[in-house]
Amino acid sequence: MLRNGKSNFGWMTIILHWTIAVLILGLIALGFAMRRLSLDPTLQFSLYQWHKSFGFTVLGFAAFRAAWHLFDLKPQPTAGLSPLERRASATTHVLLIVLTLAVPLAGWAVASTSTLNIPSFYFDWFVIPHLPMAKSQAAENFWTSTHAVLAYATLGLVALHALAAVYHHLVRRDEVLARMLTTRSQRRGEHVKGGQAIAKRK
Amino acid sequence: MTKQQSKPWPTVALALISVVLAASPGPDAAFASAPQLADAAGNYGITGASRIHFSVAQVGGGGIVGDFGKFSGNFRIDGNNIGRSSVEFTLYPESVETGESRVEDFLKSSAVFDSATYRTVTFRSTSVRQTGPDSAAVEGTLTARGKARKEQFSVKLTDWNSRQISFKIRGSIFRAPYGMDVGTPIYSNVVEFDMNIKGQKR
Repeated sequence: MLRNGKSNFGWMTIILHWTIAVLILGLIALGFAMRRLSLDPTLQFSLYQWHKSFGFTVLGFAAFRAAWHLFDLKPQPTAGLSPLERRASATTHVLLIVLTLAVPLAGWAVASTSTLNIPSFYFDWFVIPHLPMAKSQAAENFWTSTHAVLAYATLGLVALHALAAVYHHLVRRDEVLARMLTTRSQRRGEHVKGGQAIAKRK
Repeated sequence: MTKQQSKPWPTVALALISVVLAASPGPDAAFASAPQLADAAGNYGITGASRIHFSVAQVGGGGIVGDFGKFSGNFRIDGNNIGRSSVEFTLYPESVETGESRVEDFLKSSAVFDSATYRTVTFRSTSVRQTGPDSAAVEGTLTARGKARKEQFSVKLTDWNSRQISFKIRGSIFRAPYGMDVGTPIYSNVVEFDMNIKGQKR
């Protein structure tokens, strides 16, 4: 149940997937909001600190997610996918995992190279040290741009990923989306009768 | 993460001055450099050679340090009763200097000094108490962002001649009561003032 099966995702993968998804979308929305120049400076300062703390949270989850992806069983692709679709989905998934690591790391580099030298005080709990990088306006600008570009790339890929899932669910009517929602073995195209899962014939 | 980051915290400000003088004549070498009360008595204007330095500590070490470039004030040393000496000091937050323009802009903004609305920070003494041959405690009313509170500074005589007198003045001011609590607890609530005040006899 916790770990992946041969044809289904375990709870760990499902929970990590949706937790990271919600955090990333929230962070991107927060990132847009806090960059508004007209924002009250006190609120803006707070939003930046929240963005950093949640960003480090994503980094932690993403690192665990990446390790889980590497070492846990990989369920077989949903039946009916063409070789091209399988390759495209596998590539997208790996890219998403890499980006969920790269975006917060680039953000960490911003905080580390900034001449403002504002500490990363994780939810006002403990200080996360800066990366050993030289501080300069040029370095800060570079990492700020990198952080933004990677975040936009992530947003684009997430949109593609979500559209593909919806397409599979509504048009192809297969298990692609359903198996990231539940670990149950019987899903679409199946119903339970007499305690046994029986494939529905079309 | 930042540009804000551009934003940091604050400072309270104020300053004050006062005076002290070591009245005691005595043969003690420690008193040798202190002027006679009668010699130091008079009205003084605070000169531009003075330095108004402040610092705000941050978690993990370091912090914000800076100076105020524009200020004015005067003090009077009462030759008969040091306790009746007085000081008035005005600070212009717009002149804050930290070496990082984004920090300065943040300090001037509505998050901290709100210098567009409150152009000055003032200190007016209410009592002067001699604490040693060359030291005193000055209590008075500090007004910043429209809020007035009793504050105290320690004053130590550092140099003097017949026309000029210099003091080292220190004070720890809590900024939250003045509506400048932005950035806490990343940045300390306490602003440390370390000032060198030079007075020219009028």
